[in-house]
Formats: sequence, structure tokens, C-alpha cells
Amino acid sequence: MSAEEVAVGDRRLVERSDFGAFLGAIRLAGYRVVGPTVRDGAIVYGDIADESDLPIGWTDRQSAGSYRLERRDDAALFGYAVGPHSWKKYLFPAHERLFTAVRTEGSFAVTPEPTDGPPIAFLGVRACELAAIAIQDRVFAAASDPGYAARRGRTLRIAVQCGVAGGTCFCASMGTGPAVKRDHDLALTEILAPGRHYFLVEVGSPAGARILATVPARPATAEETAGGEAVVAATARSMGRTMNTVGIRDLLVDHPEHPRWQIVANRCLACTNCTMACPTCFCSTSEEVPELSAEKVERWRRWDSCFNSGFSELHGAAVRKTHLARYRQWMTHKLATWHDQFDSSGCVGCGRCITWCPVGIDITEEVAAIRADPQARAPTGGSP
Amino acid sequence: MSTRDPTVPALRLADHKFFHGMSGELLAVLGEHAHPRRFETGQLLVREGDPADEFLVLFEGKVALEILSPDRPRTTIQTLGPGEVLGWSWLFAPHRWRLDARALKPTRALGIGAAHLRATLEARPADGYRFLMRLLPVIAQRLENTRLQLMDLHGP
Amino acid sequence: MAPEAAVPSSGPIASPHPWAPVPFTLRRRSAETADTVSLVLEPPSGVAPLSFRPGQFNMLYAFGVGEAAISISGPTEESGAFVHTVRSAGKISQALATAAPGEVVGVRGPYGTGWPVEEALGQDVVVVAGGLGIAPVRPILYEILGRRTAYGRVEVVYGARTPMDLVYYEEIQRWRARTDLRFQTTVDTAGRDWYGDVGVVTTRLPDARFDPEHTVAFLCGPEIMMKLTAQALEARGVRDDRIWLSLERNMKCALGVCGHCQFGPEFVCRDGPVFRYREIRRFLAVREL
Repeated sequence: MSAEEVAVGDRRLVERSDFGAFLGAIRLAGYRVVGPTVRDGAIVYGDIADESDLPIGWTDRQSAGSYRLERRDDAALFGYAVGPHSWKKYLFPAHERLFTAVRTEGSFAVTPEPTDGPPIAFLGVRACELAAIAIQDRVFAAASDPGYAARRGRTLRIAVQCGVAGGTCFCASMGTGPAVKRDHDLALTEILAPGRHYFLVEVGSPAGARILATVPARPATAEETAGGEAVVAATARSMGRTMNTVGIRDLLVDHPEHPRWQIVANRCLACTNCTMACPTCFCSTSEEVPELSAEKVERWRRWDSCFNSGFSELHGAAVRKTHLARYRQWMTHKLATWHDQFDSSGCVGCGRCITWCPVGIDITEEVAAIRADPQARAPTGGSP
Repeated sequence: MSTRDPTVPALRLADHKFFHGMSGELLAVLGEHAHPRRFETGQLLVREGDPADEFLVLFEGKVALEILSPDRPRTTIQTLGPGEVLGWSWLFAPHRWRLDARALKPTRALGIGAAHLRATLEARPADGYRFLMRLLPVIAQRLENTRLQLMDLHGP
Repeated sequence: MAPEAAVPSSGPIASPHPWAPVPFTLRRRSAETADTVSLVLEPPSGVAPLSFRPGQFNMLYAFGVGEAAISISGPTEESGAFVHTVRSAGKISQALATAAPGEVVGVRGPYGTGWPVEEALGQDVVVVAGGLGIAPVRPILYEILGRRTAYGRVEVVYGARTPMDLVYYEEIQRWRARTDLRFQTTVDTAGRDWYGDVGVVTTRLPDARFDPEHTVAFLCGPEIMMKLTAQALEARGVRDDRIWLSLERNMKCALGVCGHCQFGPEFVCRDGPVFRYREIRRFLAVREL
């Protein structure tokens, strides 16, 4: 098969037995492949050298405050939802050197960190994650971030359609999934049927077409394609959670004194898990790291969280002193004021914040509680 | 008692912001015991601990409210000017001034005798209520301002 | 580092990377008070003529220590330099405040929104500043005094902690001597040598003469001071869309991407620091926002 035969929009079929060749083709095209792998009891993102690095036969069982891996009764490669990592660990690294500066004769000279690097292929990107990447694209473009732009420009997104709704997912409510419709270079739907195991592959870009052209991938039949779509449709119907987003911006911005904030604050530990796991959270801090000689310094950027007490520090005191203020900031930003800033929601409904919250706070529940009685007032006055 | 310079216009309660809109009859009664006062720069209007026997109504000049303590320099915590009134220690026991008030520039005021004022307000409860409802906002604002000063907003 | 063509008046100075500071030279350093200094920072040769809008700020960088957001407090047209008034508070400001003439200070910026001085054309102008808030409003006064007849009455109230904490002291005496401007100062406490006013800035407003229906007000200082001053001006008849505040929040990037400076929906570094009171008053009323 030659490159000209594969076109954007094509729907093809790759047998499970050719998946190794598919991986090989990506690597041969010069990409570092990162994708899901089992480590420390979770499916995280790491380097994929071989198909055996993938979480074959594993699934995740998630609920508020709980994540467990379980064995499937089949050998699916992508039979899980999402784990604690998101692709932001590659596009917006947790630690990033921005520049190096050295003292010169009476001055200093700044050398920005080079932003080139090997192309990288994300293998197994969920629809919600594609949406999250698009959201962060806007955030970092607004700041003309050179590192993000460079990394993003050399990223190949190999998406995977969801065959099952995760325990905490609500992407359908957020309009971000479960179907991958755009922003992918290739989109795979894994099909396991008696005696059959194959991948439907939809080509989303010329880069994706070039890779697929070197892999055995015959055109999919209409029946096969419909079968793939049915899988995703079933997933959409089996979402366990919903979030009503109608008027949500005003709902949260207009009710900063709602008594629900205190109720959730009483539970919140300000542990920052949600912000670390969230694929769109982008807050960071910068640090000046001098060498011992103080002749050379490095400026680093690292992830930060609005739940940290020092995050809002001004003249020696935090503006957001209480957990209430910080939780309200996070949730209102994510679901409401993100619209003011970036013309979209900041939430993609991946459910990570619900799963990884040690006390199981569920953002969909919090919204529903406020929506149920927006005008509620906390009881005033002391006890009789 | 000062000798009044006939070329300088007399001070009238009716012209002062605090008394705006008060009935002419009440002002006349109060005015009977209102005496013009003049203080030169540096002169004390009232001294801490002295009997607070006048309600001082400021018309011209500038007055510094000061606290004196042996262990620190003299501190001004508030200045007052035209349209303002000096204090309220005259209103309740022990009727003694709690601060020094010093003229920072030539200052003219009317001093209404405190005993007479208290008797008048007691005898005319409705007027007494209205008078206090004018004085209380002044005290409240003074307190609120003092709280802000206490917060040391411009401190390090 | 090669400069681009002359930058637009409120855009950042060209630099190889949005985070990279440009090395400016400290030309002159003058002590304003015991803990506050003014720094005159000269750009390296080749950097296009500097310009900024009054109200904007730069990120000033002390090599090896870090960056801090400091308002620009001086004009550049004549001096071709940025002037910054810095109070020594934490380790970064202390490093900046103790830099010696000839030393290099990194500059990134200017950033942020400026005071809409053009909205005050033909209007009375009320400027109320508290503490170091006088620094970001000083450029407004230069702008107005440079075209004095284009504005109505100009009333300034400046409140500081004590007389010793009044910044730009000599300049203030010159302004107070002018007849086309009224400059009131007040302090929180004073000793025996102070014959001026003592009390919070709002106590000076009754003495300020302006036509509330044709007035624009610019406020800068501690947030509670600005809120109370805005309320007092409103009580006097100034509309809330003609009152402007300069807010302050923790800033790390000044690029709208680190998230620290958020105030409700606003990034103070990018959507501010100057805000129209009407647009933010609802957020000012929320505790710990």
C-alpha cells in the first residue's frame, strides 16, 4: 500500500495481529511513543517500547475517591477509561526550564531553553483528552508560550474511542465525548468479538495517513464501521453521571455565598489532587534556581495549585485563606469563569477529580446541589 | 472670654453643617449659651483630664487630637476642621476630656456650655433624640476611621 | 538581542522569550523614605524608545533572586528610562531596593491596562492614593500637567502612614504650591512637627472641590481604602463607571498563564490592574475572592 492510497477521512481496519507493526510504523516515522501502561496499581502514561507495555487485559474500576485495576476477561489493549495522568504531563511538563542566565561583564545574558525535540506520539487519547488538549492550546496560545507551541506542534494524537464509560465520566454532559470527532491524527476503535479482535482506524490528518499507509490496513466495510459507531453510542448511553451546564456560568458566579460552599469546604483537604490530575488545570509558579557560585541561574516553571495556601499570597497573607475560598475558586474557575477567559468550559468531564479526591468530592454533585436551590442562605444566629 | 472683633463676622450655629436643618427655636435656645472661642496656633482647646464643660463646634482652622504618653513622642491621631465638632466627653460622666486638642492654625469655634446643653436636651426629649442621632453618626464614622488607621494599611 | 521595530505604546519590550528579562542599567537611585527608593532604569542600547501607559507595570528582575511586579511611576519621554518606586518588603524587593547605580536590573514589560486618562479630558479629575499607591498614579499627574488646560479641576488626596512615609516629598511640595492643582496629604498618625491632616483619606474628600457629574476618579492603594473611597465618591454623585481602581494580586508570570493573579474572571496582570469600578464592584464585595 502506498501513501497516496490512504486519505484523510478513510476508515480502515487493522487486525490485532498487525498492531505491533502499527506501533513499529509510528516509531519508524521518528516518533517517541507514549501511552498507557500499568505502574503502581494504576494505568499511567509512559514510554511504549512494545505492545506488551500496554495494559493488555486490564480495566479500571473508578468511583468517587476510589480507583482499582481489575483483570478483564479478554485481551483488550484499551479496555479502561482514564488514569491519574493526563497528556498535559508532556505538553505542559510538571517541571520545565524556561531559560538559563549567566552573569556577564556588568550585566547578564539570558539563553532561552531550546524548544526543539523529537516528535512524540500520544497513543490512546480519549475524546475528553483531545478536548482538554484543545482547551490548553487556547490557554497557552493566549500567552504565546513557545515551549508549549513547539511541543504541541510535534505531537501526533492517536485517539481511542471509548468502549465503556468510566465510573466517574460525564463527557457526554460536557459535549466532549465519548465519540472522537475531530482533533485526532488517527482514531482507533477496538473491537473484540468472538474469534475476532481488530481496530477500526479513522484517518484524521495527513500525518496519520502517512503512518497508516505503511501498515496493513484494508478499508473497513460499512457494517464494520457501523459496528464501531454502535460501540461508542452504547458508551454514550451508559454514562453514570451528568452535569447540567445550562446557565452554569452565572449560576456559580452569582452565588459565591451559597451555603453549599461551606459544606464542601468542610470535606476538602486542599490536598491539590484534583488540580494535579485535571487535564486542563494550568496554574504554575516560577522559581529562580541559582548555582552555588551565583554566576549562573536557571528559571524553572513548575505546576502549582490554587489550593496551596501560598498561591494567593499578597503582602505576606493569603487572599484565599480558607478551604472554602479555594474550593470555590477552583470550581468556579473550572466551570464558570473559564468561559469569560477562554470562551469554553474548563471541564471535559473526564471524572479524574472525582476519582482522585481522597474524600470523594464529586463536582457534578456540588453543581447539582447549588442548582437545586440557588437562593439558599446559611442559617444565621447562634443556638438558642 | 474673648473680645469680639466687630469686623469679623459672628459665628452662627445655623451656618454649621452639624446644625443644618435644626429648628430655629432650638438653635436659639442653644445659641443663648454659645460663646465664640478663638485659639492661636499651638494653643490647646482642651486638655486631657480637664472638665469637659463645652461642646466645641469648629468653624475655621485646624485642630489636632493628640495623645500624650511619657514613653513616646506626642502623637496626633486625628485632625479636625471647619464643619466638624470636637467631642462628646461633655455628654456623660465623668465629663472630663480624654484627649488633648491643639490648634494647628488660628482656629475659631463656638463653645456651647455643656451643663446647659445637657439640661436642654433632657427637657426636650424629641430634640434630644434628634441631637443624639446627629452626634452618633459622627462618633460612628470617627470610630470606623480609627479602625482603618489601626489596621495600618500602609504599613510594611 | 535585536529589537523589533518600535513597539506599540503599551506592548512589552521585545525580548527573545516571553519570560526573558532585558538587562537595564540602574542609572540613578534615590531614597524616598526609610524603606522606599526610586530607581531610574535605562534600557540597553538598541532597544526602541520606551513607552508605557500610566498604570502599567514591569516585572523587575534581581539576578539570582527573582522577579516582582512593580508599577511604572515615571515618564520616559524626557529621561528615556523607566522609573520604579520600590518598597523593601520581601527578598526580591529588598534586592531591587539595594541595587547600586551601574548595576543591572532585569525588566520585562510593560504589562497590564493603564489609567484611561483620555476619558478624563474636559472633566474634573480626582486622584486618591494610599501608601505606595501614589507611585502608579504619579504618571497620571505628569500626563495631566503636561496638558493642563485639557482637564478641569484636579484634586489629589494622598494618604500615608506617617509624615516620614510620604513619598516624592519634594515633588509634592512643588505640586502643593501650584494653583492649578489641589494636592492634599494626610497621615494615619503624626508627631509634633506635622501641621497637616491626620486621618484616613476619605476624611479629605469633603474638602475636595469637583463637579460629581463631570468627574473621573482614579484610585490606588489598599483595597479597603479604594472601596471606601469609591463609596464616598458615589455618595457624592460620581457614577461608578467613572471611577477606576488599580488592583493588586500575587503575580508570577504577568502573561495571564500562571493563574496566580485571578480575581473572579479577571487576570489582574492582563485584564487589569486598572479596572472600572462598575465592572468589578460585585467581585470586590465577595470575601476572599
